[in-house]
Parts: sequence; structure tokens; C-alpha cells
Amino acid sequence: MENEAGALSRVAGLFSARGYNIESLTVAPTEDATLSRMTIVTRGSDDVIEQITKQLNKLIDVVKVVDLSEAGHIERELMLVKVRAEGDSREEMKRMSDIFRGRIVDVTDKTYTIELTGAGYKLDAFLEALDKDAILETVRTGASGIGRGDRMLKI
Amino acid sequence: MELTGAEIVVRCLAEEGTEFVFGYPGGAVLNIYDEVFKQNKFKHVLVRHEQAAVHAADGYARATGRTGVALVTSGPGATNAVTGIATAYMDSIPLVVISGQVPTAAIGMDAFQEVDMVGITRPCVKHNFLVKDVRDLAETIKKAFYLASTGRPGPVVVDIPKDVTQHKTEFTYPKKVTMRSYNPVIKGHPGQIKRAVQMILEAKRPMFYTGGGVVLSNAAEELTQLTRQLGFPITSTLMGLGGYPASDPLFTGMLGMHGTYEANMAMQHCDVLIAIGARFDDRVIGNPEHFFQEGRRIIHIDIDPTSIAKRVKVDVPIVGNVKDVLAEMNKLIQASKEKRDQAALKTWWTQIELWRSQDCMKYDRDSSLIKPQYVIEKLHQVTRGDAYVTSDVGQHQMWAAQYYKFDQPRRWINSGGLGTMGFGMPAAMGVQFAHPEAMVACVTGEGSIQMNIQELSTCKQFNLPLKIILLNNRYLGMVRQWQEFFYGNRYAESYMDALPDFSKLAESYGHVGMKIEKPEDVEGALKEAFDMKDRLVFMNFITDQKENVFPMIPAGKGLSEMILV
Repeated sequence: MENEAGALSRVAGLFSARGYNIESLTVAPTEDATLSRMTIVTRGSDDVIEQITKQLNKLIDVVKVVDLSEAGHIERELMLVKVRAEGDSREEMKRMSDIFRGRIVDVTDKTYTIELTGAGYKLDAFLEALDKDAILETVRTGASGIGRGDRMLKI
Repeated sequence: MELTGAEIVVRCLAEEGTEFVFGYPGGAVLNIYDEVFKQNKFKHVLVRHEQAAVHAADGYARATGRTGVALVTSGPGATNAVTGIATAYMDSIPLVVISGQVPTAAIGMDAFQEVDMVGITRPCVKHNFLVKDVRDLAETIKKAFYLASTGRPGPVVVDIPKDVTQHKTEFTYPKKVTMRSYNPVIKGHPGQIKRAVQMILEAKRPMFYTGGGVVLSNAAEELTQLTRQLGFPITSTLMGLGGYPASDPLFTGMLGMHGTYEANMAMQHCDVLIAIGARFDDRVIGNPEHFFQEGRRIIHIDIDPTSIAKRVKVDVPIVGNVKDVLAEMNKLIQASKEKRDQAALKTWWTQIELWRSQDCMKYDRDSSLIKPQYVIEKLHQVTRGDAYVTSDVGQHQMWAAQYYKFDQPRRWINSGGLGTMGFGMPAAMGVQFAHPEAMVACVTGEGSIQMNIQELSTCKQFNLPLKIILLNNRYLGMVRQWQEFFYGNRYAESYMDALPDFSKLAESYGHVGMKIEKPEDVEGALKEAFDMKDRLVFMNFITDQKENVFPMIPAGKGLSEMILV
């Protein structure tokens, strides 16, 4: 979409006005500074997804819409989790992080902050695997997606 | 030479060939108004409320097909305009609305008369702009006119902070503008058009269902040619009336909630439905589940892809401009050598005539009270069907649509989508400015007319000889009708008490007032009024309080579940 003030609010407004769900939404400028790229994760029947695609295309600021889930694609989300890491559980937490290919990016004598990247379900699985009481704080970016192979979203 | 932002606004409007700007001054637009004062390219029409400015620009646009222009100040001026903008949005009317804004440095400071106009109007515009740099101003206005008038038309708001109207820059008006993110489809897909034509030629029980898109794309001629060469039955939505001549025998009347029995039954029982510039909305087809009919195939032509498959699944979608697509279909049908099943069509017409013989539009012609339907029939007769008719919203709107047989497009002007009471008179002003010699009638109710009654003053200032046809039943009639049918006759707040003496009211504004209480006086009064070519005549018809609009499909029901008289 055009990298214009208010473009994000047009997309968000469309979803709320027409009663569509947004599970997550990420947006940032691309290598072309006049363009932003947004990844929206939403749910709906084929009819609803078709309407969402058409309604998004109708927005003047939107240049192109692709449904990534129609074909092979890669989806990544970044999560930062602050966990309790004391006593016996400190070593266990480090092992869990390693198993999920997380990286510990901040350390205190009582906590670790773990950075984890992957598809949403992988991040969910990591949180599931942890002891609930050990999770102090989480923050997630929402998914960014890109088509596999030659599938490209370019204008 | 460098010009100020205010000078640029005025120059841009002139470059676009703007004839009229409907507006109301205020602090944030004082610089623009100063330039309006100094120019003579367009006429400024001072309304008495910003909502009326937008409706008037809208009426002008509907009657001409050109883009209407309104100019309002920031804050309350802008919020007053919103109802007008939403009205135009729902009916896809091309408008450019210029609103003043507080100076850029004051934005976000809760400044005097500040409102986030771009934010407030976002869901009811085709697009909107906040111009923060005078160097972007000319191009933005060019884009606004381009967006408003192309593709599926709609209103575009340009919000201009006061300091931007003071700043100076070199002025050049772009001849052309292109936007990479906006490329409306005009020509329909040739393969889809061929498929549609094939389906049309094979149809045994065909039906044309046409809407506002026919009027908006100026496709009445192509539609008439198509329908007549096939001899198919045709119906129209409220918004499409006049797109096909209502007096033609192929026309089955308006369809929908208050449509004719024959049109609705034919919609439901046809085997090929050809939807043209119409969007299957709730007031037209009722409940989509009840509308569904096994074996019926649907062709849908619309310029807006989002209108297709929104409420109803279709078999042949064609995205394109109705006029272009119909012209292409006409060509293919003329060239086709395929034998059509005339016997089946004849049987289908026999069925339709049977439905038609129900005479669902009958009403009591011997009543000693004035029947509103009778007033509209006489209006049609006295104006020889040649008037521009605007309306407000409610029972009177339905009667005007049902009984004034529109034979030409752009003659019937009403708020179909949003259903805005208070639309009729200001819209009629816009029509009269566009066509100073034409007969312009505003059919209204005593509820609606009071929502913008102050415009009688504007009409006086500009000598607009409108004919106000007030069907006065002392009730918010459509509300009363629903209360009678669905709320056990509990008429909650639908009685209009303490009405003014409308004749005296009109006279106090310098117009002519009339009160008509007997059926035998209706025709004479209308003749007398339309003979006063240079005066606004406010005709207060005291009508039957209990009259209801029939036929009626209750909300949520299907087309074959009509209530007849």
C-alpha cells in the first residue's frame, strides 16, 4: 500500500466497519520508501475471504492484495518472552529455549528474556511447553508472510 | 507566478469546469471565501446549513452526471456535512467536498472548531485527503475530481488547513493524473460477456433486474435497446427508476420491499436473472436465503467487484462499466443467429400478465380523503411526466417511486441507500440550478421537510421556483405503518404534533403557500402551482392519515411473501 499517513487506519477501519476479524496485522515500509507492506492474518469462509480481498483492493491506498495462504508461503513471527529463571529452573529454561531455537537476549539473576522466531503455532507451542507461572511477560509482533519460490508480491 | 493556497483552490475548481459551489463560510475557510468573492468563473450558493450544501451539490450531480462541489468550514461545518457525504456515498454520487481545517500547527491541540474530518468521514467517502503542504494542493484537488467521477463514483473530501490556504507556491494544474493503486475496470471481460449472452439466448424465463448503475453510467439507451430487441420483462430498483421507460409494457414496475407483485414474482421464478448495476440489497431481495431458488442462474454486471457475490452467489460475474458491457452485448446479440425459444418466452409473459392482473397498485379512488397515490398520479399528469422529482424518505418516497412513471434517467432523485430525511428540498435546489427552466418537484412529508426547512430562505435568495408537494398525514407515516403492522398499533412518537401553518411559513419566506384538503381540488391546485413558473409554491396536501404503502414484504422475508392490499 501507499506509504501515506492514514493508510493503516483505512485498513483497520474497513475490518471493523464490515465486521471482519483481524488476528494480527504487521506493517512497515519496504525497500521502496513510497510503499508499505502489510501482513494481515484473518479467518473466514472462502466467501468472506473473497469479500475481504475485494474490499481491500477497493481502498485507494492499497496497491495490491495477495492471499498468501492460496499457495506455498513462509510465515514468521517474532516473540520476546520474559521468564522466571531461578534456582533449578534456570538451567531447564535455557534448555527449553535451545530446543525451540530461541535466543536469550537479556539476563538478570532472576530472569531470562528469550527471543523466538517462527510460525505462530511454534510460538504457541513454546508457551505451552513452559510452566505458566514461569512466564512473566510476552510480546509478539504478529505474522509477516512471503510466498515460496518464484511467487512474488511486487509492483 | 506564485499563488496562495486559497487562490489555487478557486483556480482548480474553475479548471474543473465547476458551475456551482454550494457552501457556507467560517473561520477556517475565510481565505478561500475571499478568493471566491474575487472570481466570476463559478457561482457560489449560500445555503442555510452545511448538510443542505452537500445535498444540493448531490442533487446537481444526480441531475447532470457532473461532479457536485461543496465548501464548508472546519469543526461543526464539517460534521454538519457528514450526513450529506454519507448519503452520496451510499448512492455512489460524484462529489468533491472541500472542508476547512484549523492551521497545521493547531491540529491535535483541540483547537477551536477542530475536528478530525479525515477520520470522521473515512467510512463514508470513496477517499479523502488532508493537504498539509500547499505544493500538494493542486494535484490533490485533481485527484479528488478524478476519483469522484471515475469507476464507481463517490464523494471525496479534501480537508485543507487554514495556513495552507495562505502559503504560496507555483501553480500548475495537472492535465491528467494517474494513480498506481487505482485502475477501475471499464470494459467487461469478453469471455464472460460471451457466456452471459449465450445464457440470455437460451433463457426460457428471463428477467432483467436493473439498478442505479444504469443511471450512473448513462446506459439507459443501451439498456432500452437490449431489452426491446429481446422482448424480456424488466424491473428496476428504487435507484434505477428512469433507466428504462416506466410506461413501456415490458416494464413490470419497481421491485423490492414495496415493489410490484409481478416484478417480485418474476424475480423469484425466472430461470435467468440478469442483474445490471444493482446490488441485491436487503430492501430489494429481502432475505438472501429466501431469495435463493434452485436452478435459477444469475448474471451480474457491476463496475464494483465488491458488489458481486456480496449477498448472492452468481453464475456469470462481469466487472465493468454497465454502458460498455451492454453495448458489447447488444452487438453480440444482433450478430447472433441462434434461434431463441419464443414459445417459452410467450408462456413466461402469460404468467407475468397473470401476476400483473392482481393490480397490486390499486387504491381507493372514491375516498372522500385525499389519497397520496392520487396526488402523485395527478402530479405526473399535470407535469406530463416531464418534471424532475426529488423526494425525502418515507411513505411519500415510495408513492412517488410507484406512481410517477419515470420514462427518463436522472429525473428521479432520492436518497435510496442511506435513507436521509431532509434530502429532498436541498437536492431539488441543486437540480433547479442545473436546469433553471425545468419543472422541479420535491415530494415530501411533514416529518422530512422540517429537517431542512430553513432552505426555504436559500430558495428565496436565488429565486428557485421549486414546487414542494407535501403529503401531510400528520404522522411519520412509514414508522406508523410498521408500528401498525408489527408493534400492535402502539404509535410511539410517530405522531407529528404542533405542526406549523405551512402556508404562512412559506409566505413568511416570500413564497406561495397552498393548503389542499379535498380530492377534487388536487388537480386544479397542481395546475395553478405549476403555472407560477417563477415562484416557489409550497403545497400542503392534507392526506388520509391511515393510508399504507402496498405491496409490502416484511423485513427478513422473501420476495414471494408479499402483503398485498
